[in-house]
Amino acid sequence: MSITGWATIAFFLLCVVAITRPIGGFLKRVLEGETHFLGRIFGPLERSFYRLAGIRPDEGQSWTQYAFSVLVFKIACFLAVYGILRLQTHLPLNPMGQGAVAPDLAYNTAISFLTNTNWQSYSGETTMRHLSQMLAFTAQNFVSAAAGIAIAAAVIRGFARRSAGTIGNFWADLVRTTLYILLPACVLLTLFFVFEGVPQTLSGSATALTIEGAHQSIALGPVASQEAIKMLGTNGGGFFNTNSAHPFENPSALTNFVQMLCIFALGAGLTNMFGRMVGKERQGWAIFSAMVALFLVGVSVLYWSEAHSNPALAALGIDPSFGNMEGKETRFGIAASALFATVTTDASCGAVNAMHESFLALGGMVPLVNMMLGEVIFGGVGSGLYGFLLFAIIAVFMAGLMVGRTPEYLGKKIESREIKMTMLAVLCLPLVMLGFTALAIVIKPGLAALSATGPHGFTEALYAYTSAAANNGSAFAGLTANPFWNITLGVGMMIGRFFVIIPVLAIAGSMAAKKISVPTPGTFPTDTGLFIGLVMGVILIVGGLTFLPALALGPIVEHLAMLRGSLF
Amino acid sequence: MNTHLPHPSDASRTSGYGREDSSSLMRADLLLPAIGESFRKLDPRIMWRNPVMFVVEVVTILTTVLLVRDLATGAAHPGFAIQINLWLWFTLLFANFAEAVAEGRGKAQADSLRRARTETHGKRLIADDKGRFTHDSLYEPVPAPELEVGDVVLVEVGDFIPSDGEVLEGIASVDESAITGESAPVIRESGGDRSAVTGGTRVLSDWIIVRITAAQGSTFLDRMISLVEGAQRQKTPNEIALTILLAGMTLIFIIAVATIPSFVHYAGGHISVLILVALFVTLIPTTIGALLSAIGIAGMDRLIRFNVLAMSGRAVEAAGDVDTLLLDKTGTITIGDRQASDFMPVPDVTEQELADAAQLASLADETPEGRSIVVLAKERFAIRGREMNALDAHFVPFTAQTRMSGVDIGSRQIRKGAVDSVLASVGDNAPSVRAVRQIADGIARQGGTPLAVVDSGRLLGVVHLKDVVKGGIRERFSELRRMGIRTIMITGDNPLTAAAIAAESGVDDFLAQATPEDKLALIRKEQAAGKLVAMCGDGTNDAPALAQADVGVAMNTGTVAAREAGNMVDLDSDPTKLIEIVGIGKQLLMTRGALTTFSIANDVAKYFAIIPAMFVGFYPQLSTLNIMGLATPESAVLSAVIFNALIIIALIPLALKGVRYRPVGAAALLRRNLLVYGVGGLIVPFIGIKLIDMLVTSIGLV
Repeated sequence: MSITGWATIAFFLLCVVAITRPIGGFLKRVLEGETHFLGRIFGPLERSFYRLAGIRPDEGQSWTQYAFSVLVFKIACFLAVYGILRLQTHLPLNPMGQGAVAPDLAYNTAISFLTNTNWQSYSGETTMRHLSQMLAFTAQNFVSAAAGIAIAAAVIRGFARRSAGTIGNFWADLVRTTLYILLPACVLLTLFFVFEGVPQTLSGSATALTIEGAHQSIALGPVASQEAIKMLGTNGGGFFNTNSAHPFENPSALTNFVQMLCIFALGAGLTNMFGRMVGKERQGWAIFSAMVALFLVGVSVLYWSEAHSNPALAALGIDPSFGNMEGKETRFGIAASALFATVTTDASCGAVNAMHESFLALGGMVPLVNMMLGEVIFGGVGSGLYGFLLFAIIAVFMAGLMVGRTPEYLGKKIESREIKMTMLAVLCLPLVMLGFTALAIVIKPGLAALSATGPHGFTEALYAYTSAAANNGSAFAGLTANPFWNITLGVGMMIGRFFVIIPVLAIAGSMAAKKISVPTPGTFPTDTGLFIGLVMGVILIVGGLTFLPALALGPIVEHLAMLRGSLF
Repeated sequence: MNTHLPHPSDASRTSGYGREDSSSLMRADLLLPAIGESFRKLDPRIMWRNPVMFVVEVVTILTTVLLVRDLATGAAHPGFAIQINLWLWFTLLFANFAEAVAEGRGKAQADSLRRARTETHGKRLIADDKGRFTHDSLYEPVPAPELEVGDVVLVEVGDFIPSDGEVLEGIASVDESAITGESAPVIRESGGDRSAVTGGTRVLSDWIIVRITAAQGSTFLDRMISLVEGAQRQKTPNEIALTILLAGMTLIFIIAVATIPSFVHYAGGHISVLILVALFVTLIPTTIGALLSAIGIAGMDRLIRFNVLAMSGRAVEAAGDVDTLLLDKTGTITIGDRQASDFMPVPDVTEQELADAAQLASLADETPEGRSIVVLAKERFAIRGREMNALDAHFVPFTAQTRMSGVDIGSRQIRKGAVDSVLASVGDNAPSVRAVRQIADGIARQGGTPLAVVDSGRLLGVVHLKDVVKGGIRERFSELRRMGIRTIMITGDNPLTAAAIAAESGVDDFLAQATPEDKLALIRKEQAAGKLVAMCGDGTNDAPALAQADVGVAMNTGTVAAREAGNMVDLDSDPTKLIEIVGIGKQLLMTRGALTTFSIANDVAKYFAIIPAMFVGFYPQLSTLNIMGLATPESAVLSAVIFNALIIIALIPLALKGVRYRPVGAAALLRRNLLVYGVGGLIVPFIGIKLIDMLVTSIGLV
C-alpha cells in the first residue's frame, strides 16, 4: 500500500462528493419537469415525442399503471434485441461477417442488456456486429439506465407525496432522463474519450505488421460512444471482451479515473435528488454517507488484500512488495485496480479493468460481497437508491419500534404492506444467488463451465449468479458459459430486476397514498449518524447472515488455505 | 364480592407504566397451569398462528422421526442426537410457556369476573297507563339473561344490576368493586354524566330505574371477560408487520441453510440433517418469535392492571403513536375546585377586615370554594372559624337567581358572590364600584375567578379564587414534550383565563370556550396534519370526539354513549391516566423492537459456533473461525442450541414486564436501546455459548 494509492482513493472520493449536489439538483429539475437550459433547446423534440406516441406527460400513473408501463417497455426491448441478434447476418453494417447468435445466447444477452446487467457470455469483438453493438446494446444501455432512474424517481415521489394516488408518468420519466441527462452527458464523454485515444469508427479492424513480420488484425469499432454510456448508465458491457482492461476502451490513468467517476456520478446524484424531493437535503446526505462508509470498508479491504502478494509466490523468491499483480494492468496498478473493482461492484456497473478471478481470496470476496448486499452502495443508476431504501425500511422498522412508535420513514408509517413488499424484494436475491449456485455445482452442465476446482471453482459459480441477480454483469472470468448457464443466468437476471422493481413500485404506491406525519422529538430522526450506522449494520448483518455459509466455503476457506500454502 | 383486580392504590398504579417486580409475574399459582398449557399448545393447529415457531415444530418433528429411525436401526452413539432433539423440543415448550404465563393472569382474572356475573333476576317494570315508569309501578321478576335491550327495571337496595343500562330516574350509591376493584361506593343518578350503570354491580342504598342498553353476552362485563382472557385477541397492525418481517427472515434462512448440502457435496464432504436443523433453528429469530405474543398479551394486561380496558390491541398501539393529547382542564390539569388565594380589598378597607367578612360569609358554605376561604383567612390572619350558633347567624344559601351566598347576623348582611351580581345588588352609584371592577378584571386576566364581598351594602373587596394547577403537572408536560407529544388544554373558560392557566401549567396550547363541535373540529384538524390524537371524555356530548380520536378514553363514570364511543374505558375515571396509557403503548412497541434486535444480533455468535463445527470435517482450515474455542464440533452445536432455548426462558420476565420507557427524546432512547439490545445481543451469546460449552464438556454430555 502506498501514499499515492491512498491519495488516489481519497481524491476520487472528494470528486464524488463535489459532483453529487450539482448532479442531484439537475436530476430533480429534469425529473420534476421543471425548467432548465437543456429544456429550452430540446423541449420541442421532447414534446414531439409525446405527440407521436400519444403521451400526456403530466398525467400521473398509479403504481400498477407505472409498473405495467415498465413491463410493456421491457418486453418490447427484449423482442427488439433478441430479433437483432438472431437476424444480424441479414442486417447491414457487418464488416467482419459475423453469423447469427445462438438462441440461448441471444436470450441471455437480450435479458442481460435490458436489465442493465450487461453480463456478456460472448466476446464482443468476435461475436457481435457493429449494428448489434450500436443498435441493440448502446440503445439498451441508454434506456435500461433511464428506466432505472425513472423507477427511482417514482419511488422517491412515493415518499415525497402525501395522500396521492399517482407516482409520476413512466414514459415522461424515460424520455426526459434519456434526452436531458444521458444523451448530452454521453456526447461530452464520447468526445473526451476520443480525445484520449479511444477509437470511434465503423470500420471492422486495423491490420498491423508486427515486429515478427506477422499480420495482426486488431478489432476496432464505435468504442468511445459505447464506453460513455457503459459507465454513466452503470451498464458495464464492454465493446471488447476484456472490457476496461483493454487499451482501446481505457487507454490511460485519466480515462480510468473518469470512468470510475462516471460509474458513481448518477448514483450519488440520485441520493441528493432524493433529499431535495423529500424536502430535506440532509436526508439525502445521510444515505450518501452510509454508502460512502460502506464503500470505504470495501476498498480498504480490497486494496489491503491485493497489496500483499500471494505467499506461494513469495516463497518462490518473488519480491512481495509488488503485491498481487496477477490479472492487473501495469498502467493502472494495484490501487486503481482495487478502486475500480470496488466501484464497479458497489454500483451495478460490472465493467472491469482487472480480472477479479485473479484477486487473492479476500480481495475477490469484496466484489462478491458488494454484490451480495444488493449493490446498494450508490448502486446501479436508480436501482442502487431503491435497493438502499429497502434496507432503510427494514432498519427503520426494527429501530423505530425501539423508540416506542409505529415506525416511520420521512413521516410515512411503515406498515405490514411495506414490510411484505420489502421482504419479497430482499428475498429474491439470495434465492437466485444461493439457489442457482447450489444447483449448478452438483449437475454436469453446471460443473462443465467451471475452470477451477475446490473453493475457487465454487466462488466462480457463486460469483456468476451473484453478478446476475444483482444485475452487475461483471464476471469472475474463468467461466465458459454454456446453454445451461446462459438460461439460468438469464432467469437470475430477470428475477433480480423485476422481482425487486415490482415490490418497490408497490411500496411507492402505498407510501404515496399515506399522510406525512410531522416530525416531533419522539420521532426517530433519519438524518443522523445513528441512522447511518444503523442502516449499515442492517445491511451488513442481513447480508452477512444470509451469505456467511457460502462465503465460508468459498473465499474464506481459500484464504485460510492460502495462508497454509495450498492453492486452488 | 371481591376480585383479584388490584385496588387503584396498588403498586402498579403508583409506580407508573405498570412496572412491578418479577416475583408477582412468576407466581407459582400461575406457573403450574402454564406448564400444562405449554404442552397443549404444541398442537400444530395452534402453533400455526406463529410462523417462526411453526417452522421450528416442523423441523423438530422431522429430526425426531429420523432419530427414532436411527434408534430402531441401532445407529451408534445416539446420545448427541437425543440431546439436540430434546433441546429442540424444549425450545418449543419454552415458547409456549412464555405465552401461557402471559395468558395465565388474564385467565385468573376472567374467572373471578365470571363469578361476578351471578345469576340474578331483574325487576322488569310494567308501564302505567300513561306509558311512564315510576318507583311505584308494578314489576315482574325476570331472569337477567332474558332481559332485552329497552326493558326498564327497578333496582333497589341490595339488588344486583342485571345488565348494563342507563339510569332513568333516581339516585343510588353503587358498589362497583366487581368491575373496578375500588371498594368505595359511587353515585349513579339520572341525567348528567353519571347515568351509566354496569351489570354485575350492586346498589347499596336508595333505588334507581334503569333502561337496559346491552343484551346478555355483549355487556360490559362480558366484554371485559373476553378481553382479559384474550379470547378474541387479534394481532395488532405492528404485530402483523413484525410477523411478516420475521417470516421473511425465516425464509431467507431456509434458503441459506437448504443450499448448504449442495455446497458441501461439491466440497466433497457430508452433513447430517440434524446439524442443518440445529443451524436453522438457531438462526431463525426464535427468541422474538417465541416471545412475540407474550409481549402483546402482557401489554394488554398491564393496561388492565392499570384499570384501563382497551377494546382492542390496536388502540394500545395507537396510544404509543399519539402526537397530540387533548386534556380537559378541570380534573386533569387543575384540581377541579377553585381555591381562595388572595384577599384584595378596595382602598380604605384593610385586608384583614375583608378576610374576616369573607370568612363569616363562608362559615356555613360547604362548597370547596367556601371551605378554602375559611382556611385562607385562618392561615393569613389567624381568624378562627366561629360557631354559627354562637353568633346567632343565619345562613343565606346560594341560589341561581341571586348568585350570592352569605350570612345574616342580626341586621348585618354579609354576602359574597359573582362580581356582577354583587354590584347589581348595591347599585352602580355605590362607592368603590370602579375599584371592585378593576380588581376583578385584574384577577380574570390572571385566570382566576373574582368573588366580590359586600357587608350590608358596603363593598369590601374581592376574593381571588384560583384554579389550582395540580402539583407536578408542569413536569409531566415537559416530559411529554420530550416524548414528542403536544398537549392541548380544553376548557369552557374564556380565552383570558384559559391562557393564564395554560401558561401556569406549561401546556403547549389551549382551546378556550370549547364546544363539543370545536373539540371535534380540532381533532379533525390535527388528524389532517398527519397526527394521532388522544383524548378522554365522559359526557354524551363527548361521544363524537371520542369516536373521532385515535385513542378515546371514556371514563367509567360517564354516559353509555361515551363508553360506546371510546376505544378504552378507564375504570378509575381518572383523566390524568391518559399520560400513562401513552407510556404503556410505547413500552409495548419498544419491547418488540428490542427483542427483535436482540434476536437477530444473536445470530452472529451462533454462526461462529456452528459454521466451523459444520465444515471443519472436510475443510480443517475453517477451525480458525472457531474464535470461541469451543471444545468439539458436537459441543459447539449443542451449546448453540441450548443457548437458543435458554435465552427464551431468560427473557420471559423482560417480555412480560416490558422494556422500561424513559421520557427522553427518540434519538437518546434509540441510542440506549441499540447499545443494550443491539450491541448486547452481539456479545451475550458469545459468552453464553462459551459457558455452556465449558459446562457440557466438563460434565461429559458430548
